[in-house]
Amino acid sequence: MKRFSPVTRNLIRKPGRTVALVLLTALLALSVFSGSIVILSLRGGLNSLENRLGADVIVVPSTAKSKTNLEQMLLQGTTGYFYMNREKLDKVRNTAGVEKASPQLFLASLRASCCSVPVQVIGFDQETDFTIRPWVAESCSRTLADKELAVGCRVSADVGESIRIYGVNCPVVARLAETGTGLDTAVYCSQETLQMLLDAARDLGHDLKISGSSEDVVSAIYIKVRDGVDPQKVADDINVHIRKVEAVSTKGMLTGVSDSLKAASGTITWLIAALWILALVILFIVFAMMVNERRRELAVYRLLGMSRKMLSSMILKEALLCSLAGALCGVVLGAALVFPFTTLIEHSLKLPYLTPAAGTILLCAVLALAVTVISGSAASMRTARKLSRVDPGTTLREGA
Amino acid sequence: MELRAENVSMRFFRKRGEANFFEAVCPVSLTLKSGEMTVLKGKSGSGKTTLTHILAGLLNPYEGKVLLDGTDLYAQSDVSLSRLRNEKIGMIPQGRSAVDTLTVYENILLPGLLYGKGEDRTAKAEEWMNKLGIAELRDAMPAELSGGELRRLAIARVLAADPEVIMADEPTGDLDDENTRIVLEAFHSIAHEKNRLVFIVTHESDVLPYADRVLSMDNGRISFPVSNT
Repeated sequence: MKRFSPVTRNLIRKPGRTVALVLLTALLALSVFSGSIVILSLRGGLNSLENRLGADVIVVPSTAKSKTNLEQMLLQGTTGYFYMNREKLDKVRNTAGVEKASPQLFLASLRASCCSVPVQVIGFDQETDFTIRPWVAESCSRTLADKELAVGCRVSADVGESIRIYGVNCPVVARLAETGTGLDTAVYCSQETLQMLLDAARDLGHDLKISGSSEDVVSAIYIKVRDGVDPQKVADDINVHIRKVEAVSTKGMLTGVSDSLKAASGTITWLIAALWILALVILFIVFAMMVNERRRELAVYRLLGMSRKMLSSMILKEALLCSLAGALCGVVLGAALVFPFTTLIEHSLKLPYLTPAAGTILLCAVLALAVTVISGSAASMRTARKLSRVDPGTTLREGA
Repeated sequence: MELRAENVSMRFFRKRGEANFFEAVCPVSLTLKSGEMTVLKGKSGSGKTTLTHILAGLLNPYEGKVLLDGTDLYAQSDVSLSRLRNEKIGMIPQGRSAVDTLTVYENILLPGLLYGKGEDRTAKAEEWMNKLGIAELRDAMPAELSGGELRRLAIARVLAADPEVIMADEPTGDLDDENTRIVLEAFHSIAHEKNRLVFIVTHESDVLPYADRVLSMDNGRISFPVSNT
């Protein structure tokens, strides 16, 4: 005998009802999955930024409107350059509580024929550096030679290829891990290489508002404070005693980022909760409407010998299949909405954004599936219970 | 097989005149036996359908017992009673009783699938679809059928399941003369040739010539027997 399942027949032959249930549960899964991914990406971005900065205090020239510009550069990859006299470095090193201080010099390449890509070029002192070197060492254990570059992961050049900056071809020897911040769009080189690039830029007639040699100026000084010293106190000391500089405690800067992240995460969480409640309420309404629509049909099943338990199980199976299909659609849709638009999300939120690892994404997908299937089935339970208690005799008599 | 009702009654708690309920079935005792076609006649609202549902294990009576070969139907758990209904009692209710999402053929096969009994009912289904003139509607959906076709579907579903007890509530209500004759002859021959218990509720007199026993019901009270043909 050809066997068939009333459950699948009910779902296939009532396409309107099935599609409505699948869409609702898809909305539920979409909100849970994509919301979780965005929140985790923001948290990942903050952690990564914290690790990559590696400094307790950053000193920039006060003319650079320091904090805003530095934050923009670090978080959004806005290219720029600002300089201060190198003597500030010595003064910083002599400040009480400073254990290490390493200078960095910034140069921005252009969207012009002289340059392959507009990027922030960061020259660092390979002898004193303690922030960039550990990251470069992950893919290149030796020091960078002249013209050699280490690139952020979003710079479109692989190891072995070259980037042309102000007409100078610079080979890429290392590619840094993703941070989800503006640091991913920067390239890193030795101070000697940066001097070469400065000279080349001048030769091409670009006014970089820098006088003399690169050895005379620095853009930022990265400071590691001694153990037990409060970085904010060191920053305050520098601000009081060294003129025309702005010292920023990275902890303070990260607190600002963290606050923004908390606000963004909070908004997203509320949004997920609102969508979740809305979808759940609609699901309850849809299932409640089914009680009247299917009363007679289910009385017929009872008439033919289905027990209350079998009837509940049939309704639950229908809800389970719809929820599962909806959850899968929602997760796939969520992935299609979130992953291709990572940069757009990052720019609109103006926060560090680092997509989680594949394992975490898979876990989020499984959780979104579970939450959706459980919610969908739970919403149907009341209806299942109500319909299973339908008195077939009375229902058939009333509907005759 | 014997189906016995012992002092069964049914009250519906709705305002009727002075009382807060009305008694659809007054206490009645009744015995139905296999090999016999019993017809219960009466006007609309006399309590026939309610009594039939009680006898078929579909409606718990207000008081009294229904015994099928000594087994008290309403003392059973829902699971046992449901299974017993599926295996032993075939009921043709009034009005539409098709599952809208199944084809005519699937509706007829449905009772046999509920407990996965593996018994092949396709031959019987084909036989009764042919006899009742709905073979061509095999793949049609219930929404495409007329009232008479739906009725024949419900009859074919019960006859293909071949239960020991067959109960039919106004089975010929939507049928033309030819189909009425076919259906009543089928019930009559099943009762006698297959030794089945057949109980038919009707208000139409053309059923009476096929009955072995005719009972009459009025205002929830039953009178025995009106006649034996």
